[in-house]
Amino acid sequence: MRIAFTTSGETLDAPLDSRFGRAPKFLIYDLDTNTLEVIDNGQNLNAAQGAGIQAAQTVARSGANSLVTGHCGPKAFRVLAAAGIKIFTSDAPTVAAALEQYRAGKLAEAKAADVEGHWA
Amino acid sequence: MMIAVASGKGGTGKTLIAASLALSLGKAILVDCDVEEPNAHLLISPQWQLTKEVLLPFPKVDLAKCNFCQECQRVCRFGAIVVLADQVLTFPELCHSCGACALICPSKAISEEKRKIGEIRVGIRNGIKLMEGRLQVGEPMATPIIRELKRWLDKEDSTIIFDAPPGTSCPVIHTLRATDYALLVTEPTPFGLNDLRLAVGVARKLNLPIGLIINKAGIGDRGVYDYAQEQNLPILLEIPEDRAIAEAYSRGKSLVEAFPEYKKIFLGLFEKINLQAGENVRKAVGSSKR
Repeated sequence: MRIAFTTSGETLDAPLDSRFGRAPKFLIYDLDTNTLEVIDNGQNLNAAQGAGIQAAQTVARSGANSLVTGHCGPKAFRVLAAAGIKIFTSDAPTVAAALEQYRAGKLAEAKAADVEGHWA
Repeated sequence: MMIAVASGKGGTGKTLIAASLALSLGKAILVDCDVEEPNAHLLISPQWQLTKEVLLPFPKVDLAKCNFCQECQRVCRFGAIVVLADQVLTFPELCHSCGACALICPSKAISEEKRKIGEIRVGIRNGIKLMEGRLQVGEPMATPIIRELKRWLDKEDSTIIFDAPPGTSCPVIHTLRATDYALLVTEPTPFGLNDLRLAVGVARKLNLPIGLIINKAGIGDRGVYDYAQEQNLPILLEIPEDRAIAEAYSRGKSLVEAFPEYKKIFLGLFEKINLQAGENVRKAVGSSKR
């Protein structure tokens, strides 16, 4: 089971980034082996459009089964849902705190985008 | 003669100027290119004659033929098509309708469908023909509607006045492109000046002769005047900050309708524009001969 977290850092102490598409990095945590991997999302930081779509593909390619982030827009949601990735939103301050929430079963699965797209 | 009325800053009076100029001339085509919020019709009150839908193609993927090679996704510069392990998602609102995905697809799995993004309306009032583009709410791309407006333009021999959207991005460039003159409307404030500089930059890139109209003269500072002098840009007309003009405008009355003395002023403006545009053409011909 692999979980993707949006973050600006590279460790579990790093802050959880509330943005999905334009988060600087994804920290992929493997619950079975308790190891982590960091994937850069920098190319999307300055994308004019479609950042959420691209980011969703990056997460899909990482092999993550779940995503924990602050917010998720409609286009990213469509791609993530199509790729079979479960989406959880959290306002935890750090990746570690969000991971704790996930393990404790405190995060509810998002069934729809919780923010408007930038074009809306 | 094709004159584009632009500004950079919003709310400087583009539509008021464009409509007043058209009404003063008596015979003209006024093209409302501010397709995200067209409002020239409020000043013209035309009788609408016809409406045409603007359709845009977008890709439709036949999954039975698709081999998920991702070539379509690689060629799309707008992220409008996404290939996953066993499905393909399209995002029509991001698609620029270039057709590259369908062209590159090795298994011919992509065809094009069309969807409506807005419409064009044509209306008449006396000698004025108003053409209006209207983008559907929620649609992000204004330029296809402006392109369609220009394609539909019946050039005949009459004067064509384009009412540009504010800003200096793609819709403004599409409006200004291939016209004869950039009539830039500004207000004498630091905001007006900042955005005027940007608009002048665009008009110069497009090699258009430029004339300025200062609206709401009397407010703000001298910055716009100093800039005009320094850049050698003619100030063709100043319209004073006047509550009576704003009141008339708010009731859908153009300058010439509310204050008939403006008709002469606008005809004088048109003469100056013609002269300057003519000089520009002579200069261009002269330099190409050399």
